[in-house]
Amino acid sequence: MSETALKTAKPFANPYVAGTLLGIVLFMAFLLTGSGLGASGPINRVLVFIEDIIAPQHVDTTPYLIPMAGGATNPLDNAFVFLTIGILIGGFVSGYFNNRLSFTTGKGPRINNRTRWGMAFLGGILMGYGARFARGCTSGQGLSGGAVLSVGSWVFLLAVFVGAYSVAHLLRKLWT
Amino acid sequence: MEQLLQAFPGPLPLEAMYGKLAFYLVALVVGIAFGYSLEIGGFGKSTKLAAQFYFTDMTVFKVMFMGIIVAMVLVFGASALGWLDYNRVFVNPTYLWPGMVGGLIMGVGFVIGGFCPGTSLVALATLKKDGIAFVAGLTVGIFTFGENIDALFSDFWNSSNYGRFTLGDLFGVPLGVLVFSIVVMALLLFWLVEYVEDQVNGQKERFKNRKQKLSGAAILIFVAALVMIKGQPTVEQKWEWMAETEQSRIDSREVQIAPAEMLEFIDNDLVRTVLIDVRNESDFNLFHIIDAQHVSLTEIGAKAEKEYLHTPVNTLFIVMSNDEQSATEAWKLMRAQSIENVYILEHGINGWLDTFNDLVIESDPLAGNTPVPMDDRLAQEDEVLHYSFEAALGSNYAVADPVIHDHEFEFIPKVKMKVKKASGGG
Repeated sequence: MSETALKTAKPFANPYVAGTLLGIVLFMAFLLTGSGLGASGPINRVLVFIEDIIAPQHVDTTPYLIPMAGGATNPLDNAFVFLTIGILIGGFVSGYFNNRLSFTTGKGPRINNRTRWGMAFLGGILMGYGARFARGCTSGQGLSGGAVLSVGSWVFLLAVFVGAYSVAHLLRKLWT
Repeated sequence: MEQLLQAFPGPLPLEAMYGKLAFYLVALVVGIAFGYSLEIGGFGKSTKLAAQFYFTDMTVFKVMFMGIIVAMVLVFGASALGWLDYNRVFVNPTYLWPGMVGGLIMGVGFVIGGFCPGTSLVALATLKKDGIAFVAGLTVGIFTFGENIDALFSDFWNSSNYGRFTLGDLFGVPLGVLVFSIVVMALLLFWLVEYVEDQVNGQKERFKNRKQKLSGAAILIFVAALVMIKGQPTVEQKWEWMAETEQSRIDSREVQIAPAEMLEFIDNDLVRTVLIDVRNESDFNLFHIIDAQHVSLTEIGAKAEKEYLHTPVNTLFIVMSNDEQSATEAWKLMRAQSIENVYILEHGINGWLDTFNDLVIESDPLAGNTPVPMDDRLAQEDEVLHYSFEAALGSNYAVADPVIHDHEFEFIPKVKMKVKKASGGG
């Protein structure tokens, strides 16, 4: 076991303090880049980048993929890709300094690790599909669009909460 | 540094000023700060995220809405002060039904998977195994979407597109009022979820740090109230802020383009040309250039905000009047609404007719009605048509859509297409 894992993890920040910091970061994103934050778009771009190496013709004939990687366009040539790399670095740095880097699994007490991983994978599929369907994830559509008062983003946020709370009770075994 | 200060109001054109690399570096730093804030908020831990669905720990809700209202107050505060141009800020376009369906799918995915895309990246970065599994699933989901959207749901996915549609447009209230109301509502909600948390957990956590919470709430309400009272800038105010640089572009005549240059762009398939005719309706009905839209000076500000702001990047706007006076007013209003690539037709419709009328008659002497130049006395006056027309044929005159061969026009090309940057997140 590594030395950091032996130390106890520091408690999380006060949610209102973390939220304020998040809000300031979001504002800076608008001021400096003109658009908000995002996470699902860049994953898409990395994927399309790989796809473009393996099957360039397929990419060039799929309408949805053309704006990202059609012809000589490099899907990684986009600010959001760098923003995402930043998220990974920032998360890691904070985890490191607060002793929260640990090779562990977060789960409810009534399921085993394997079930949790399977569910995480399944939930990931739904999230990925849903995020592209909604043209943005909780950050790119909800947080960013919400702050600049887009009607669609507020409807989206409401839909996320409705979707989640309507199945939460049914799936309580996963978490409680 | 001075150059940077001149670039205000934002969003700052970092890419144009310092190159792509610098711009991407800034994005990287913003990303680091974003990842850091998510991690310290506890967003890297699935059990903490999922707890909100069972009302035992509403941290996610609090962090997220706090983030939204703080950013919102700052964005509209900066806009009120003229530091940030809201018209140039990316507002996620509203696709009502696809957004709702996507949101519902994500809500279900959130409970099953325990993360959302951004938070799973933080979980991955802090080595959580369930985070790694989630990101793997995320990749599969995104890939599946990209592969089958065109075949399966393309029509639905592109339906109910309301474009840039803000809550202000929906409710018809000033944005500042909305900002204030949302802040008040969020604060009430924070109080409510803390009450619920305590009921579920049988604790009295909500009384902790009471002083800090109340003073924080007071500051937010105070600033939001200032944003509301100050109000968002009017078109006139926005013009005043940019008048110094923009007036010089008018005076140096870099935005007045020759009729021949305009004709070139009308025929250029790579550029979408929008011709805006701001003359009175009777002059417009007498004669106008083909495909020109009639927009009065009183309507143009609103139309710019609603419509012209959301056109593709390769759109070129050309405003025109009989001469240049009203067209120049229209140009200012368009610029004040942050419309890029706007130009004025040099000497207006009169200039157009002076350039092309004789040539068109020459090339087709048998053409029916043609505009006839008026005598000199009337032709001295500004903003008056210098030609007479037999009938109100609008754009049915040949010179409204001139086809001219074998003639070289001499003019100074002035159009420099500026590609605005607006990309969505996700």
